[in-house]
Amino acid sequence: MRIGIPRESKPGERRVAATPKTVEQVIKLGYTVTLEPGAGDGASFDDAAFVAAGADIGDAWSADILMKINAPTDAEIERLHDGQFLMSLLAPALNPDLVARLQAKGVTAMAMDAVPRISRAQALDVLSSMANIAGYRAVIEAANEFGSLFTGQVTAAGKVPPAKVLVIGAGVAGLAAIGTANSLGAIVRAFDARPEVAEQVESMGAEFLRIDVEETGPSATGYAKEMGEDFNRKAAQLYAEQAKDVDIVITTALIPGKPAPRLLTEEMVASMKPGSVVVDMAAANGGNVAGSRADERVVTPNGVIILGYTDLPGRLPTQASQLFGTNLVNLLKLATPDKDGEFVLNLDDEVIRGMTVCTGGDLLWPPPPISVTAAPVQQAPPPPPEPPKPPMSDAKKLGLMGAAAAVFLLLSAFSPEPFLGHFMVFALAVVIGFYVIGNVHHALHTPLMSVTNAISGIILVGALLQVGHEDLWVSVLAFIAILVASINVFGGFTVTARMLQMFRREDAR
Amino acid sequence: MSLTLVQGAYIVAALLFILALAGLSKHESARMGNRYGIFGMAIALIVTIIAATGGVNGVGESNDIDGSGLVGLGLIAAAMAIGAAIGIWRARSVEMTGMPELIAMLHSFVGLAAVLVGWNSSYETDVPYPGIHDGEVFVGVFIGAVTLTGSIVAYLKLAGKINSAPRMLPAHNAVNLGIILVFFGMTAAYIMVPRDDMLLRQSLLGVMTVLALFLGWHLVSSIGGGDMPVVVSMLNSYSGWAAAAAGFLLSNDLLIITGALVGSSGAYLSYIMCRAMNRSFISVIAGGFGVEAGTVAGDTDYGEHREITAEGAAEMLADAHEVLITPGYGMAVAQAQYPVAELTRQLRERGVNVRFGIHPVAGRLPGHMNVLLAEAKVPYDIVLEMDEINEDFPDTDVVLVIGANDTVNPAAIDEPSSPIGGMPVLHVWEAKNVIVFKRSMATGYAGVQNPLFFKENSQMLFGDAKDRVEDIIKAL
Repeated sequence: MRIGIPRESKPGERRVAATPKTVEQVIKLGYTVTLEPGAGDGASFDDAAFVAAGADIGDAWSADILMKINAPTDAEIERLHDGQFLMSLLAPALNPDLVARLQAKGVTAMAMDAVPRISRAQALDVLSSMANIAGYRAVIEAANEFGSLFTGQVTAAGKVPPAKVLVIGAGVAGLAAIGTANSLGAIVRAFDARPEVAEQVESMGAEFLRIDVEETGPSATGYAKEMGEDFNRKAAQLYAEQAKDVDIVITTALIPGKPAPRLLTEEMVASMKPGSVVVDMAAANGGNVAGSRADERVVTPNGVIILGYTDLPGRLPTQASQLFGTNLVNLLKLATPDKDGEFVLNLDDEVIRGMTVCTGGDLLWPPPPISVTAAPVQQAPPPPPEPPKPPMSDAKKLGLMGAAAAVFLLLSAFSPEPFLGHFMVFALAVVIGFYVIGNVHHALHTPLMSVTNAISGIILVGALLQVGHEDLWVSVLAFIAILVASINVFGGFTVTARMLQMFRREDAR
Repeated sequence: MSLTLVQGAYIVAALLFILALAGLSKHESARMGNRYGIFGMAIALIVTIIAATGGVNGVGESNDIDGSGLVGLGLIAAAMAIGAAIGIWRARSVEMTGMPELIAMLHSFVGLAAVLVGWNSSYETDVPYPGIHDGEVFVGVFIGAVTLTGSIVAYLKLAGKINSAPRMLPAHNAVNLGIILVFFGMTAAYIMVPRDDMLLRQSLLGVMTVLALFLGWHLVSSIGGGDMPVVVSMLNSYSGWAAAAAGFLLSNDLLIITGALVGSSGAYLSYIMCRAMNRSFISVIAGGFGVEAGTVAGDTDYGEHREITAEGAAEMLADAHEVLITPGYGMAVAQAQYPVAELTRQLRERGVNVRFGIHPVAGRLPGHMNVLLAEAKVPYDIVLEMDEINEDFPDTDVVLVIGANDTVNPAAIDEPSSPIGGMPVLHVWEAKNVIVFKRSMATGYAGVQNPLFFKENSQMLFGDAKDRVEDIIKAL
């Protein structure tokens, strides 16, 4: 089948759905690729590089499979034909009209931004890969606007304080922003409605801010969900406190299929220091911050800069195209099991089913829900942890010991004297063995075992005393016993010496 | 030779043995410890041989024992020469990866010797306390026989000559318990049978020996290959008790002391290991542990694993600051310890801090991994234990899991119902990247799937561990 890569028509869009690298991979799967002239220019890939990778330059729109970044415009939808495949960002939940038009066209539309959040589908999830880039870029944009340094320094000309960055929402974008801000030297704090992400936040080098509320279980879809009243009130309190303190705020809070939650109110923004920067990464969906406008740089009366750019991934077009293209290649891999260039739309596969918005005039959106975290499945009540056995009380211990001693005394009353003498030796040796071994270094377990093995070959002594007995059988048995026990003694010591020879310290080289 | 001289020599030997064990607990004193052991053994043997061949002068005429003379000396020399030749040859030629088998085999020899010595003693007619003596014969032969077959089964399992999966008869606990009860009954019967009824006595002893041999076989058969480190150490302990029992039988304090030392130290070592695997010590001693394993969550879908190439792994290692290597039995099987050591050396020269994290039950023998790494000349001060290293994983850039599976399985912590649930494991998944060297996606000895392979930060490098590590070295 032929794959078409059109030029993006959206103003300012510099990404492209394929790069020379991904074209090579696609061709390996058996497809041919047609590129609209100049499609890769914005991302610094010229036509010649695509041709070198095996693509043709020509009419991309007539191809069997159309791979795009942005959803097609009305004019572009007119150019689609029945039975064609379309893969791009579609946001089907927010754009029912677009979906209806695609359905009427009879195309099979797959929304790259509707990949189910299961580990298997991670490789084709453009939301993750784009969010990662966007988070990085958000920090860069903020640094660009910010009038001071991110990293703290002490110089001859005075002290430079480090910037304080607050990241709200620790999804992929939030984590990427935390990591970037941290590596620029800023003091980074982060907050998320899901307390279970605290560990990830801390692993990226930020401080996780906490509020104490009871609710908030892990969400079954892998995304954050809308929170309760109590939570929102306490969170707002936290934002208000932080707003006064920090220099940079980056908000990434999105709830799928709903307008973005309002996190920073006008008063909070007004309380920020002049020159502070707010990057609202949810501006496209209504914004997390009061006063933010999509795709615009807004300066509030008190001098706070609010950036509402929605094209953050597109501002790093080369790498973003590469990641987007790789996500598409991974989708093709999944849907081309025989590597013969035939796209198989297997709707039994929950990943494919989840992405497919419509096919052959049938509407498939919304897909049946699938649960992401396996947690609910495993909720079979975990067996209550066995209460650890309470340590024996002293009285009980004494009682048991007393009983044991009494039994032993009774037995010893009927035992001959030499036996008890031996038993005493035995008992003491047991205790010594226990203590001598107590703090053996773990690495020496094997040599220890082989040396004790050699030593237990001492049974040889018993056999030595029996050899040469008048009874022939006794002699023969003793002979065999000496033989095997000698193997033990000599073999055990030799192998121990050999092993110990090998253990050495680094400085003994 | 006077009896007191013999006894004095035995005291010296016993003290040297204690020093030997104490010395073995630290790297610095370990070699000296081994020498103490050899020295003690030499004293004990030389004195015993002189006493056995030349006779002993006891206190008073009646306590004199005649020596076996030149005939005895000849027999002893021949037997010991053959034994020494075999022993030294095996010890020198054994591969370090074959150490578990060798040690299991050596245990069986002690068991065999104990059985033989016990049978020999049963012919003695002139003993001061016949009842006690008969009891001692039974106990000695019993422990010896259990050690003998138990060690042989362990040897066969470790050498891969029989299937290492646990095999057990129905109601195996009842069978084990039954044999022990029958043993007590027969001991009582044996003591009561008059000493001149030789036929009945020897057949009782014979039947008991067969039962004990069966018990040893059965105990170890029902234990899976993954639990072998504990089994080997347990058999080590049994072999000590066998020697101690022989000591009671022969009224020989040296045997008693040595046997008790080995027995209790082996038992304690097993106990340490049981704790490391979260197993009950009692159920190990009784054999067939792991029986009450919980439900195997076999059909849980963990998603898909990702693969990485040797070149990719090399790149990742070159950029890392902190690298941890957690080897397992797979490293031993693939003989990968030399390339691993070479990789370690190269990375350390580049300034990468490479360390090793060893799980207490990695391999098939306690300390197995340490021996292999030492053989490949990895300095022992960068080889750390699980408890020393577990906190360092979050700061680690790359973890190389080489042929380990159950010991790095997060299911032990996350899934309490898993057969390995509750076992302390190496927290490798907390590191930034994990590269798992493995032949295939097959499960480890515990037979449970490992969610580690499907974690987002882990990648699989399939193939023979040795070849793959060599590929990485080439790529570096």
